[in-house]
This record gives sequence, C-alpha cells and structure tokens, in this order.
Amino acid sequence: MLTLDHIQYQVGENNTSKNIIEDISFSFLENTLYVITGQNGSGKSTLAKIIMGILPNTKGKIFLGKKDITKKSIQERVQLGLSFAFQQPVRFKGLTVKNLLDTASNHQYSIKELCEYLSMVGLCARDYIARPLDEKLSGGELKRIEIAMTLAQNKPIMIFDEPEAGIDLWSFDDLVKIFLMLKQQGKTIIIISHQEKILSIADQILVMQQGNIIAHGTPTEILPALSTSTKCIKLVEKGGNHGQN
Amino acid sequence: MDKIDQELLEQIADLHTIPQGSYSIRKNGKVWDRNSTSDIEILPKKDKEGIDVIVHKNVKNQSVHIPVMITQGGLNDLVYNDFYIEENADVLIVAGCGIHNVSTQTSKHQGVHTFHLGKNSRVRYVEKHLGIGNQGEKILDPVTNVFMEEGSTMHMETVQLGGVSHSVRDTKATVADHATLVVEEKILTTGKQSATTNFEVVLQGKNSHAEITSRSVAKDHSYQSFDSQMIGKEECFGHVSCDGILVGNARIDSTPKLSCQNVSSTLIHEAAIGKIAGEQLTKLMTLGLSYEQAEELIIKGFLS
Ligand SMILES: Nc1ncnc2c1ncn2[C@@H]1O[C@H](COP(=O)(O)OP(=O)(O)O)[C@@H](O)[C@H]1O
Ligand SMILES: [Mg+2]
Repeated sequence: MLTLDHIQYQVGENNTSKNIIEDISFSFLENTLYVITGQNGSGKSTLAKIIMGILPNTKGKIFLGKKDITKKSIQERVQLGLSFAFQQPVRFKGLTVKNLLDTASNHQYSIKELCEYLSMVGLCARDYIARPLDEKLSGGELKRIEIAMTLAQNKPIMIFDEPEAGIDLWSFDDLVKIFLMLKQQGKTIIIISHQEKILSIADQILVMQQGNIIAHGTPTEILPALSTSTKCIKLVEKGGNHGQN
Repeated sequence: MDKIDQELLEQIADLHTIPQGSYSIRKNGKVWDRNSTSDIEILPKKDKEGIDVIVHKNVKNQSVHIPVMITQGGLNDLVYNDFYIEENADVLIVAGCGIHNVSTQTSKHQGVHTFHLGKNSRVRYVEKHLGIGNQGEKILDPVTNVFMEEGSTMHMETVQLGGVSHSVRDTKATVADHATLVVEEKILTTGKQSATTNFEVVLQGKNSHAEITSRSVAKDHSYQSFDSQMIGKEECFGHVSCDGILVGNARIDSTPKLSCQNVSSTLIHEAAIGKIAGEQLTKLMTLGLSYEQAEELIIKGFLS
C-alpha cells in the first residue's frame, strides 16, 4: 500500500508562494488500477514526481506499507518497488534502446526478451534495439520506449503519466490489456490520463483540480459527473470528498 | 612484444598481434617493425624521421597500420609521415599513439601527417590517443594536413578518451570539386588535463563538402578549446558541430569562424556546451541508478 498523508508542494517565496499540490491524502492498494484525471495544470504530473522522489513535497509524508519513504532518494524508491513513465520522455545522445532497457531491468536482456517488451508498446522490435534515443526518434516512438522501460522494470507499483500520447489506437488497445494483466498480477497501477478507454477500465478514478483530489470513486460514480466541466466544478463546491479510501 | 606493448597496441589500434598487410610500428622514437607490400608501399624518409606511405592506384579493401608506442619517460618523439593515396584507391589507415609513462619526466609525441588524396580516392583514417601512468606528463600534439583532389573522400575519426595530459591538435584541409571531408572527434579530459583542437578547412571546389563533429566531455578542472575555421570559396556545404558536456569545474571554449566567400556556399556552425541535462540524470535514476552511475552512463553513451 502506498499512502500519501497530507502532501503539499509549494513553490516560490513567502509572499508569492503558490501551492501546486495543496493537501492530498490517499492510499493506493495492490491489485488495483487507478486513473488520475483532471484539467491541464491541476498538478497530476507534480504529484507523480513527488511520489517518485523527483520533487520534494514541502509538507506531509509518504508511506510504503508502514515504511516512511518521504526522505528516500529516487534510487531507493525504485529499489523499494516504485516506477514511473514520464509524460515527456527524455532523449539521450548515444544511449540505445537496449542500453536503457538493460538499465531498467538491471540485467542484460536477450534480443528475444527485448523484442517482447517493445512489441507490447506496438514497436516492431528488432528495428529499434540498437537505435539511440536521440532526436532521430519521433515523439511517439520515444513515448512507447518510455513505457517499455517501465514495463521492463516490472515493479510492484507502476505510474504512467499520459501513456496515450503519441500511440495509435490499435496499439493502445493492446497496451490497455497489458495494464489490466499487470493489475491482475497484483500490482498497483496508477495512470494519469484523459483517455475515455483508460478511464473506463479504472477501479478507481481520482479527479484533481488546483492541487487537490476533489473526487474519487468508481467509473460509474465519477464519469457522469465528469462529462461536463460545470459538473466538475460542482464537485468542488460539494467540498471535495477526498481522503483515505 | 611485452604485456605493455600488447595493451597499448590493442587499445590504440585494435591489434592483438602483428597486423596483416602493410604496417609500420614505432616504439620509443625508433622503427620497431615494418612491412611494405606491393599495394601499399612504406618507405623510410631519408632527411628526417618518418615514412612515406604510398597506396597505389585502384587498390581496394586494404589497410595500413602505423601505431606509435612510447614506454619511456623523458622522450620527445617527432615524426613526419606522408601519405600518397593514388587515384581510385580505397584504404583504411589506423594510426594512434599510446604513451605508457611511469617515470616522473614528460613524454611527448608529435606526428605530422600529410595526406595527398588523388582523384576519387577514399580514406578512412582512425587515430586513437591514450595515456597510462600518473606521474610524468604525457603530451600528444598531432598535426594533420589534408589535400584532397576532385571526388575524393576522407573520413577521419579521432578519439582521445583519457590519460593524455595535454594535447594540441591542428588539422588543416583543402577540399576540391566534389570532394568530401568528414571528421568525427571525441575527447575526454579529466583532472588538470587540457586539449585544444584547431581546424581550418578550405572548401575550394565546386560541390565540396565538409562535416566536422566534435563531442567532448571535460571533467574536474580540465580545459578544452575547440576552434574551427571554415572557408567556402565555391558552391559548397560545410557543417561544424561542437557538442560538449561539462562536469565539475571544467571549462570548454568553442570559437567558430565561418567565411562564406561565394554566394552559393552554405556554412553552418552549431555549438552546445553545458552540464548534463537534469532530466537525463533523473530519468536514469528512476531506472534505478545512483546520481554517479547515471552521470557515468550518460557520458559513456555520449562518447560512444
Ligand atoms: N517550479 C514551479 N514553479 C511554478 N509553477 C510550477 C512549478 N512546477 C509546476 N508548476 C505549475 O504547476 C501546475 C501543475 O503542473 P503539472 O503537475 O505539470 O500539471 P498536470 O500534469 O496536471 O497538467 C502548472 O500550472 C505548472 O505550471
Ligand atoms: Mg502532466
């Protein structure tokens, strides 16, 4: 179980400070697929980076089971079972897809195994293994490789930040099946997404607005309220029923 | 050949044993072993230290190895090598210098290489530098002059990945009609090392072409300077790109000079120098590496 306890992320100086994450408490369970949704700028990526240790929360604590991981480094969190596919993948001059997948999995994959991970994200694998992750790869290709790295890490908790970007629908259907399969294996899957298909397979949808979780529940509970932006605002007026689940 | 010789030869010239074909191996300021063939002749110079290498007309798929080893401290080795690549020949030339200096004195090698590329000839020239030992300075100051005739191609790869205390590399090239010069250089400096690279390329011919790519990493307190001049005299294309990574308190200077002397010449200089992008380090850390491991992998990839 991954628990966020009154997480805040504040930027800026005293009088110009701003809470990017206001006050978030939530527990993510095993064997469950969570989808975090909400308008651009609502703080979704920031929250994921805080969980991963990329950004330091300014208040609150993060627990993995009973273990307080608030002060743990990125590397330690990875060792404890967290993984994260970036919204904006990173390019590297000279490092190949194989280099990165090997690093991700912490061992040398056979060509066959590498191909399997790349096929999962709809890439014709063999063509990609030796390619450097440089500017010659398209945004979509890079995004798929980013997801493949997280799959290759095969950690108990996987966070995907807008995995749909740059992936064609056909491949995306396959990817959705993989997310479901991983969940069935007992993992905690957290997907940041606006995509209807992803929202519909969620066990729990979390709606974020202005740095808070303003609502959470099953797709049947949440989706009707999400269908117009006015309803989304109504949820806030209700006081935002966030908290432990 | 002892263990040190073997290691040097392996690292600078990928040689595990005495090479096939033409070669001239120089050790501690003297010729150590040499073989000349009818396709590629190697002739000692009469007036000074060095050799003339003649690659005969139409010779294809051949190579010549001319590595230099220095295992003595206090040696100052200056050598002049001239290469005559005749019409239509296609050859791989593997040079390189390894200095193994465990003394407290300075060891220095300067190779002055002059290439004459005949019509439509092709050369791939590989030059690796290596220094081993941590007391006496190891200095390498290569000078390369390239004269390219019509339709010729020269692909030059230079690698200096550590251990060389100071180096100044001067490269000058004149490129004729339809000739192409490609240079790829990779340099890593650490500690208090310094490396200076000066290029001067004159694109003299119609449709001449030059592509210079430099990738460098400067760590600790080391210093690198990259100075390139490209002159376009005719309808031509020239591209210089200098990509540098700084780690610690190092410094890299890049000075571009482009001179377009013809309305149809296109010359481009790109330079990007800075520390490793934070997001690259972060990404690798989310794959389980420590900061130091991430830095090391990024640099290894960058210089590969
Ligand atoms: N260091 C920062 N300083 C000021 N604003 C920031 C900083 N980092 C993020 N933000 C802002 O925080 C908000 C939330 O960003 P983000 O988490 O990327 O949103 P989302 O992923 O939901 O689109 C955005 O408005 C963004 O501009
Ligand atoms: Mg985002």
